[in-house]
Amino acid sequence: MKTSTLAVSMTLALLPTFASAAANPDELAAIRQQIQSLQSDYERRIQALETRLAQAEAETQAAKQAASEAQSAASTTATSSAAAAPPPRSAANAFNPAISLILDGKLTQFSNDPEEYALPGFQLGGEAGPGDEGFSVQHSELMISANADDMFFGQLTAAIASHEGATEIELEEAYIETAALGNGLNLRGGRFYSGIGYLNQQHTHAWDFADAPLVYRALFGDQLNDDGVQLSWLAPTDLYFNVGAEWLRGGDWPAAGDAHDGTGAGTLFAKLGGDVGVSNSWQLGASHWRADVVDRAGGGHAHEHGGEAAEVSFTGDSQISALDFVWKWAPGGNATRTNFKFQAEYFLRDEEGLISIAEDPIEETSYDGEQDGWYAQAIYQFMPRWRAGLRYDRLTADNSGSDADVLAEAGLDAAGHDPNRYGLMFDYSRSEFSRIRVQYNRDESQTDADDQWYLQYVMSLGAHGSHQY
Amino acid sequence: MKMQKILMMFTLLLIVRSAAAVDVFACEPEWAALAQELGGDRVEVFTASAALQDPHRIEARPTLIAKLRQADLLVCTGADLETGWLPMLLRKASNDRVQPGKPGHFLAAQHVPLKEIPARLDRAEGDVHAFGNPHIQTDPRNIAKVAQALAQRLAQIDASQSAFYAERHQAFAARWQAAMQRWEQQAAPLRSVPVVVQHKSWVYLQDWLGLVEVATLEPKPGIPPSSGYLAEVLTQLHQQPARMVIRAAYQDGRSSEWLSKQAGIPAVELPFTVGGNDNAQDLFALFDDTLAQLLGAIK
Repeated sequence: MKTSTLAVSMTLALLPTFASAAANPDELAAIRQQIQSLQSDYERRIQALETRLAQAEAETQAAKQAASEAQSAASTTATSSAAAAPPPRSAANAFNPAISLILDGKLTQFSNDPEEYALPGFQLGGEAGPGDEGFSVQHSELMISANADDMFFGQLTAAIASHEGATEIELEEAYIETAALGNGLNLRGGRFYSGIGYLNQQHTHAWDFADAPLVYRALFGDQLNDDGVQLSWLAPTDLYFNVGAEWLRGGDWPAAGDAHDGTGAGTLFAKLGGDVGVSNSWQLGASHWRADVVDRAGGGHAHEHGGEAAEVSFTGDSQISALDFVWKWAPGGNATRTNFKFQAEYFLRDEEGLISIAEDPIEETSYDGEQDGWYAQAIYQFMPRWRAGLRYDRLTADNSGSDADVLAEAGLDAAGHDPNRYGLMFDYSRSEFSRIRVQYNRDESQTDADDQWYLQYVMSLGAHGSHQY
Repeated sequence: MKMQKILMMFTLLLIVRSAAAVDVFACEPEWAALAQELGGDRVEVFTASAALQDPHRIEARPTLIAKLRQADLLVCTGADLETGWLPMLLRKASNDRVQPGKPGHFLAAQHVPLKEIPARLDRAEGDVHAFGNPHIQTDPRNIAKVAQALAQRLAQIDASQSAFYAERHQAFAARWQAAMQRWEQQAAPLRSVPVVVQHKSWVYLQDWLGLVEVATLEPKPGIPPSSGYLAEVLTQLHQQPARMVIRAAYQDGRSSEWLSKQAGIPAVELPFTVGGNDNAQDLFALFDDTLAQLLGAIK
């Protein structure tokens, strides 16, 4: 009904134009003439401009030559003496978005078989695991971003990843965001890294270790991103206070199944931050995530049954609460020479529902999962370009269910073992665009401890990304 | 009960805003000082970086985001000097008044001609700035140009008081002009004096005073020198002697002190910006101290 009214009114609005044009052939001819004279006028002007441009170019060329003759040849930069006019740009690519490319390669060695990796008491999913052994280029990231207009900003992050010989493109982020809503409000929509925790919003290349903390691996399959919207508000106070909420699809680990027609998960978060003197700054965060989970299947590593993995899946209600804390120190606020960073996060997950194992016949148990985990890490830049870091991880699972055997078979019985890990890393940054890192983990995720070695490079090409706190 | 208290405190926090008309967020101390000169008590100025911090590398800290959230006017150098942190602050602060293109977004480098615009953009050349050398505040003629533009911008933002800013600018410009004449007379002996610089921070100062840069301690901008490279510079100085080696107060002094000792020339640590040393407490004192140190080094 509405559309038809619209169509009618539009036709009515356009009608007089056609009618008058058709009715007045003289007027039409007059308009044609006007357009032609305009055209020729512009052509003349353009020609004049072109000749002036050519002259100017010739002049600057001559000036440059004179200048370069005068200077000794060593310099690669050209001082533009006039400099009042901005450098000319071609119109076709002047609005190209900022593109940056992250190259990330590793050489790894593990004393245990990474295929056998498991975290007792935790269902593993996503990309969880220590990664491939040997040489690998698992993640190359391509980031493209620009302002869409004066209101919206957009960013896309695509990971080009290799899995078992095949190359896949994973859409890690594709979101739009308002920058100019004002009053401290910020609205984001699309696919993005959730505001839960601290490390979750940092891209892998900005991490201080080659792998994710165990608690991120266990709960999020390394990192939680999902489709949805995020609204956040920044208080107009000198103390940094930011609160936000997310409404998410619930399609990605640790949610699954797109419950409630694809609106099955949500997050609340708050952050507080400030400075202590000129040398110290801190940030404290609290967050909560909740989802209705439908058929969350564990990853391939989780469960071995008669040589073949039988799929373990969870359906029910899942909640994660988190606390995060960061402290940074740089003498006099100048981080160039030495600086120090301490960061710790704690996560608590509470799940209730049903666990089933896809065998013939299907095995099921009710499930009440209580899991928590934390890590603490310290990074010290002891001289320009060189940093050392230490990290400790710990997880605890206290799960129960109606059928203890099924629970154990699903890998959800921790059997009294708390996975934990020590990590030590050194890295060298030639500039802020390159980093080479060596890392050692003593990984006691399973009762059989694993010695893990990582040699990694992370390089950033193209647009200069600015890093968040 | 507790909740009520928290709410009360929160409301208080919201009310206790600065009484001044214009909240200025200055990226660097020189622009904070200039905004203060031009705005007097009509402006409340916050400085995002200190003189002893490297303006290329400031952490996008929560405090900076909170401050930018409340700003009416952002005053920064621009020319990509703050590219590692300012875009993040702007996105996180959700303040529509200071976004690019708005009157509250003022970049000093847009009001002066830039030098050293690279003909070739390649990170193999080090940390090059695509729009040219951003360290414009080392030439007082640039300060004068920026002052004029900034006074106009303040008048635009605080429109009811435009006469106030015009008056203050006039007074400042007159004092500045007089000071520049004095400085230029004092600096006459510095013309054609060969110098070594640590980072390419001084091209505008060199241009103003006629200093001649014979070597740079950084092999490429932003890349600290290796001992091998320093030895090369030293040999070069045997053939082409310099009178001093100059660095900014925020820079690591070890390489320039080493060269100073080896080549037997004084190492000069210039304030670079307001607050760079105990003497340079305002814009006038910044250049007074800079000239006094340079002249002291050629005595």
